Parts: sequence; structure tokens; C-alpha cells
Amino acid sequence: MFDLERWQEIFETLSKNKLRTFLTGLSVASGIFILVILLGFSEGIANGVRSQFEQDATNKISVWTGVTTKGYKGLNPGRYIQLKNSTFDAVENAYTDYFDYRTKDYMIWGGTVTYKNETGNYRVRGTMPDNQFIENADMGSGRFISQSDIDESKKVAVIGNKVKTDLFKGEDPINQNIQVFGMNFKVIGVFYDPGGDREEGQVYIPVSTAQKVFNAGENIRNMAFTVKMADNFDDAVAMSNAIALGVEQKIKDIHTVAPDDVSAVRVHNTLEEAQKIYSLIATIKAVFWFVGIGTIIAGIVGVGNIMLIIVKERTKEIGIRKALGALPMSIVAMILQEAVFVTMFSGLFGLIFGLGLLELVGPQIESDFIKYPQVDFNIALTTVFLLVFAGALAGFIPAYRAAMIKPIDALRDE
Amino acid sequence: MIQIKDLHKSYHMGSNSLHVLKGINFDVKEGELVSIMGSSGSGKSTLLNILGMLDEADIGQYILDGVPIKNLNEKIAAKYRNEFLGFIFQSFNLINYKSALDNVSMPLYYKGVKRKERTEKAMHYLEKVGLAQWSHHLPSELSGGQKQRVAIARALASDPKVLLADEPTGALDTKTSYEVMELIQGINDEGKTILVVTHEDDIAHMTKRIVNLKDGLIIDDSPVEQIRASAHV
Repeated sequence: MFDLERWQEIFETLSKNKLRTFLTGLSVASGIFILVILLGFSEGIANGVRSQFEQDATNKISVWTGVTTKGYKGLNPGRYIQLKNSTFDAVENAYTDYFDYRTKDYMIWGGTVTYKNETGNYRVRGTMPDNQFIENADMGSGRFISQSDIDESKKVAVIGNKVKTDLFKGEDPINQNIQVFGMNFKVIGVFYDPGGDREEGQVYIPVSTAQKVFNAGENIRNMAFTVKMADNFDDAVAMSNAIALGVEQKIKDIHTVAPDDVSAVRVHNTLEEAQKIYSLIATIKAVFWFVGIGTIIAGIVGVGNIMLIIVKERTKEIGIRKALGALPMSIVAMILQEAVFVTMFSGLFGLIFGLGLLELVGPQIESDFIKYPQVDFNIALTTVFLLVFAGALAGFIPAYRAAMIKPIDALRDE
Repeated sequence: MIQIKDLHKSYHMGSNSLHVLKGINFDVKEGELVSIMGSSGSGKSTLLNILGMLDEADIGQYILDGVPIKNLNEKIAAKYRNEFLGFIFQSFNLINYKSALDNVSMPLYYKGVKRKERTEKAMHYLEKVGLAQWSHHLPSELSGGQKQRVAIARALASDPKVLLADEPTGALDTKTSYEVMELIQGINDEGKTILVVTHEDDIAHMTKRIVNLKDGLIIDDSPVEQIRASAHV
């Protein structure tokens, strides 16, 4: 294997049979290249979908209400179900042991927000401290709403990064006053959200303050909770489903809604969605692996095929070499070493080319559903060696057979 | 140098059996230049293949330079071929993607000679056959006569005991044939034992002894007055 003389002999043979070398190399390199690209993009899709989910906590249960579509206990359909502080308290009391975070919100969709001469329309949302974690918001500077802000109904605001760039033009917004519908609020923090501009174009204020300044009394618009996660994902989904169902029934009881009315009280269970998406990602990955392995197998068959042709084509040469005193094993070694060298070299070439393309093109892709396509280098390297091994194995049989041909028969071969 | 006693060889094709050699006896001394003649089917190529260890006899004794050649496995046969024998074929059998020099150094490669020494020796033998200035040409760039000279240089490269030539002039015109025979005679003059299989009378008479084969038996074995090929060139 490390015989310099033999390597010289092999390089000479390869360089003088360029087309053959090129074709063998091409089939191997393209196989690995396609595999790398496929795996990269399946990872990219997984990353993209995952990042869509990370906008909010994945174990979130959110509650919205609408208009009843069915009459129930003498009440007419078409009634708007208005959530109250008391509804939130009732749900909270019933399931408090199962919740990590909880919030009730009261929001104005298009709130006019002004700082000095700059004005914009943003969603103004009265909320509770836990909402920071339910929304996966990161504090850029300052702090989020605190419980004492709510207790004292302070006129404080936490603005999204988009609001900051729109209104403050590079000024530090902390402790500045903004006007919401003409009322002064002191900015106490700036947040970032994985959801991007849509989520960062919001202004959070304490829920109690929102109810007061917008004359909402005890009304709330929606509520959200995160469920404590069991270690096992399936258990967590089952528990989350059970709680979501319980919460829905509780609210329907309180507001006298028919149990089968689907539009009046809507409980959205993110974890269940997440499970569906994760299984979708797993399916996509499996399909890509399947296609990739198929490509590799095609590559191996290609290499084996080319090896057969090489041996056939070189039968006479092998006969000559044997007549000149070549040992059978030196013939096998010659053909195998050539095959291994070519597959290894071109396999690594395909690997590097594929990885390079992913590195180069990956960051250019502007799609919400494909992010950071990348490949585990070890997996890719393993496939290269697998291919080399399989190629050698595929080449061994014809090489061995060639070495066993009697030189007299090989020489007769025209 | 070569002793052969009661050599038999049959080929089996399905249920048919073809008895090609039916008891060959002959000796070749060192420095002889022997031609084996016979019409096609007489068994002359089979005899040469057995002498060259490319094929094995069914029955009989074959002693080459004091070494009994029998029960050969591939490994030993390869070693003996490399050590004892040089082959010259009718169709030259050069490796077409290797230069003349690399073709000549091939037996030395299998002998385990280092590259530098290999090249020197190969170059020496190419000079001997008068093709030094063609050393880096591929076989496809050489004429038939030149190819056969490269093949002769290759056969000489490992300094074998015996040269075996199977119709060395079969693919060449008369003038070129005589040039090749002149070269073979020259090598023989230096003391190398050479066996030539041919069916051409004029070529046979350029050797020192003619062995005539017919239907697998030697019918005539007699020394001849050697005609120098140089007289015809």
C-alpha cells in the first residue's frame, strides 16, 4: 500500500487513461455531491420550520373567543363571548399546577404611537410579565413589564425593536416618553422577537393599565399559558392536549357555550402543531436520506460497473504483465489500489464541492422555510469512506477473476 | 538448458478430447538457436506455451536450467517466468499506453528493481536494438519492426536464460523480418539460448537447428547450416 514504486505505476496508469479515470471519478463525485446537497437542504428545511416555531414558546396554549354559532340553554346564537379577568382567574386557579407561564392580554390593533415628531401605528398590547417568555421575546435593553407595574397600573411601555428604529432614529428610548393616543407612557425596555418585524412592531404595556386607559373594565381579549413539559415528548403532547380540552370546557361552562360550538371559544395548542411539524420534518429528512442513499447506491453500482469494464478492457494487458512475471496478488492490488484512489479522491472532491456550495449559497437563500442549510461533516465523510469501501468491494471480484485468468488465455484476448 | 521427456498434452472441449502433443522428447543446450516448425495444428504453439510456463503439460518431464518445472502455482510460475524466460510474440503485445522505455522496464519492475536502475537498464537494451532515440514514443507511434524490437528489448531486460519467440516475424514484411532475425542472431551470438516457432522456411534456416513437428510428434530434428540474415538485408 505504501510502496512508492507501485504508486508511481498507478499514477502513470491513471494519467495515461484520463477518460476512464474521469468517468469513474465523475460518477463518485456526483453521487457524494448530490447527497451532500440533499442532506444540506433537508437540514435547511428543518432549521427553517423550527425557526418559524421558535417565534413563540412551543408548549403554548392560547385562548381566543368569537361569536356563538349555536343556541344553548335558551341563549340565542350570535352572542359575542367576552373573556373577563374572572375567567382568567378561574382557569388559572383550576390548572395552576400545570402551568409554567400565564398571561391575559388586552390589546388595541392600530394604536397611534408618537415620539417627538415621529408617529406610527402599532399594536398596543396590555399584558403580564410572563408574556416575555410565552412570546420568546429577548430584552435588548431595559426590562419587561413587572408585577408591580400591573399592581400600580403604571403608564410604562416596552417597545419592539422595529418601533425603536421607526420612532427613535438611533436615540436611546429608555426613560423617554412616548404618546399612545396622546397619553404619556415611559419606555422601560426594548425587546427583540424571533418572529421578526411583525412581532417587533408592538408596544407592551401593563394589562391593568390597558384596561383602564382603553375603558375596557374587566374585559380581556385573550389569554395564553405554557404547559409544564414532561420529559417524553409524546407524554407532553398528551398532557398538553388534555389541559387544552379542560381549559376549553371550563371557559364554555363559565360563559354558557354549547360544548360542540367550535367558533365561540378557540383553544390553540401549539405543542400539538409542533408535533405534526416535527414529524413532517422527520419525514422530509427520511425521504432525502432515502434519495441520497439511492444516489450512493447508484454511484457504487456505477463504480462496480466501470471496474468490470476496466478489467475486461485490460485483460490483455494483465496477460502481458503476468507473462512478464507479475504475481496474481499484484494484479489485484494494482486494480484495487487504483479504484480506491480514484473513488477516495473524487469522493472527497464531491464532498468539498458540495460543502463549498452550501457554504456559498446557503446564506443567500431568503426563504422563511429554508435556513442555514448544512451537513454534519462526519456523516458526509463516513459516506465517502462507505463509498470507497463499497467501490473496492465491487472492484475486487472482477480484479480477482482477472488475476486468475491464465496468461495464455489473456494474451489470446483481442 | 532445456530437457523434455515424453511430453503429452490434451485439450478437452465438452466431450471431445484433442490430443495435441503425443510424447515429445528433445533437449536444448545452452547457446542454441532452435526453430520449431510445423503446419498449423501440429502442436508447435502448445509446445512453446508449455516451455514458457503459460500452460502446463498433462504428462511428462520438463527441466529448465536444472529446475524441474511441475506443480506450478501462479506465484511460482510468475517467479520462474520472470527469472528464466523472455517472451517475443507475433503481435508484439506491448502495453499501448506505455512508452517504449516503460514497456522495456516492466519485467524489471516485477523483479523489484528500483526505478533509476530500471530506466538505465531499459535504456541500455533499447540502445542494443537501435531504438534509443524512440524511447519516449508510444507503441502506436512505432512501425511493426520497431515494435518487435521493443518487444525483444523487453524480453532481454530481465536477462533471462531462454528467449521464446512465437512467430516473431509473422506480422512483418520480408525485409523487416530479416532485420528482426539479424537482431535475434546477434543476441544468440552473445550466447543466449533462443527458441523460435515459425512456419516460414527462410526464417527457420536462419537458426542453427530445425525441429519439425507433425500431429503432435517430432518427425525431424536436425542441425542446419545457418544463413546469416545480414546477407539479405
